[in-house]
Amino acid sequence: MKHQVQLKVNGDDYVLFVEPWRTLNEVLREDLNLTGTKLGCGTGDCGACTVLVDGRSVNSCLTLAVSVNGKSVKTVEGLAPSGETLHPIQEAFIETGAIQCGFCTPGMEISALHLLSRNPSPGEREIREGLSGHLCRCTGYNQIVEAIGTAAKRMRQERSEEVKP
Amino acid sequence: MRLPKFEYAAPKTLEEALQLLAEFGPETRVLAGGTDLLVRMKQGALKPRAVISLADIEALKPVRFETGVGLTIGAMAPLAEVAGHSGIRDHYPAVAHAAGETANVQIRNMGTLGGNLCNAAPSADNAPTLIALGAEVSLARLEGERQLLLEQFFKGPGQTAMSPGEILTSIFVPMSPPHSGASYQHVSARGRVDISAVCVGAAAVFDGGTCRDVRIALGAVAPTPIRAVKAEGLLRKKAWTPELIEAAGSMAAQESKPITDVRATAEYRRQMAAVLTRRALTEAQVRARQS
Repeated sequence: MKHQVQLKVNGDDYVLFVEPWRTLNEVLREDLNLTGTKLGCGTGDCGACTVLVDGRSVNSCLTLAVSVNGKSVKTVEGLAPSGETLHPIQEAFIETGAIQCGFCTPGMEISALHLLSRNPSPGEREIREGLSGHLCRCTGYNQIVEAIGTAAKRMRQERSEEVKP
Repeated sequence: MRLPKFEYAAPKTLEEALQLLAEFGPETRVLAGGTDLLVRMKQGALKPRAVISLADIEALKPVRFETGVGLTIGAMAPLAEVAGHSGIRDHYPAVAHAAGETANVQIRNMGTLGGNLCNAAPSADNAPTLIALGAEVSLARLEGERQLLLEQFFKGPGQTAMSPGEILTSIFVPMSPPHSGASYQHVSARGRVDISAVCVGAAAVFDGGTCRDVRIALGAVAPTPIRAVKAEGLLRKKAWTPELIEAAGSMAAQESKPITDVRATAEYRRQMAAVLTRRALTEAQVRARQS
């Protein structure tokens, strides 16, 4: 039996009818064509499928779509909604060479957002802890850690400029 | 990897959940965070006819600390919340530490304390500390509720003392007496995401310089988390010296019954049981002095 699921994805409202055994990852990629979110291991080890549900990072491959009824989801597509100006996290990833094949990047960026929204000035150790649920087979992680440090600095600057008259 | 088909319900009250569990029958699984259950279903190890999610039952989520009474953690409290809760961090730092050491950020946002216990892995990160602190679990069924010491909850890998139709609703940790301390220690081959190769929880109460009571629980060295009762016996009613703590570690290693698997050899596990017991006792003693 299909269940009605009402959810917000990157600010847009959707009403879907989904079978209970379908994951949030399947629904995002197959029904909403939001293929920025990847599917890697499917068992919660690699983090490529990470999205925010009500502001908390989760593995969309282990989240039933029916369970996000009434909730708000943010995917990598929601980082730069206009498609013109990139999010500071995305800019920093490009500048520091934190992207090679790119498969882990959407998940990494979502976890970076989760971390920076809770801790605007993380140290290197805290950044690495924040990425504990992700695997990258290209970069060796160093550039990703650097990118998140750079993004943090820029987001702090932006915030302090907003406060000034 | 897709999930097999199943019927699904997400009741809003515990009563409704218990009713549904009785109606759907034995081929039903209760879903908490999904980080263990859905993996096993994807792998084909489990194929339940129905899944009942507890995610919409608000009554199972709160964490309550009451001075003089103790700590009650709702079974559906996410591990991230247990790790970050100020009352738990202040009064039960070892409980917060164990929750924060479980898996990774996303898994802690999804996975719950109740789920980690019900999954009944011998290596469950949250079990040893809670056993050492004398925690009890509340198990609800249609006829009523019962309390069980967490120590008696585990029956084997993936096996618990819960009967069909029962749901774990909360975990109670008694108030820690003055001059007491606890600690959680673990090792794993690959750090974060990896399951602990060995984990140890210890809790001790002191009278002046003498240990009044102590409990040590070892994980991943037997089919269930186990108490190291002989090691405890060495420590009780004694003033702890480094030599005595060393001897207790060796005794705990002798009490362990580890196996060799992909995560570690039995020999390594036995040695680590000694090392981690020592570390846990030392930290518990330090925390007791500060309390």
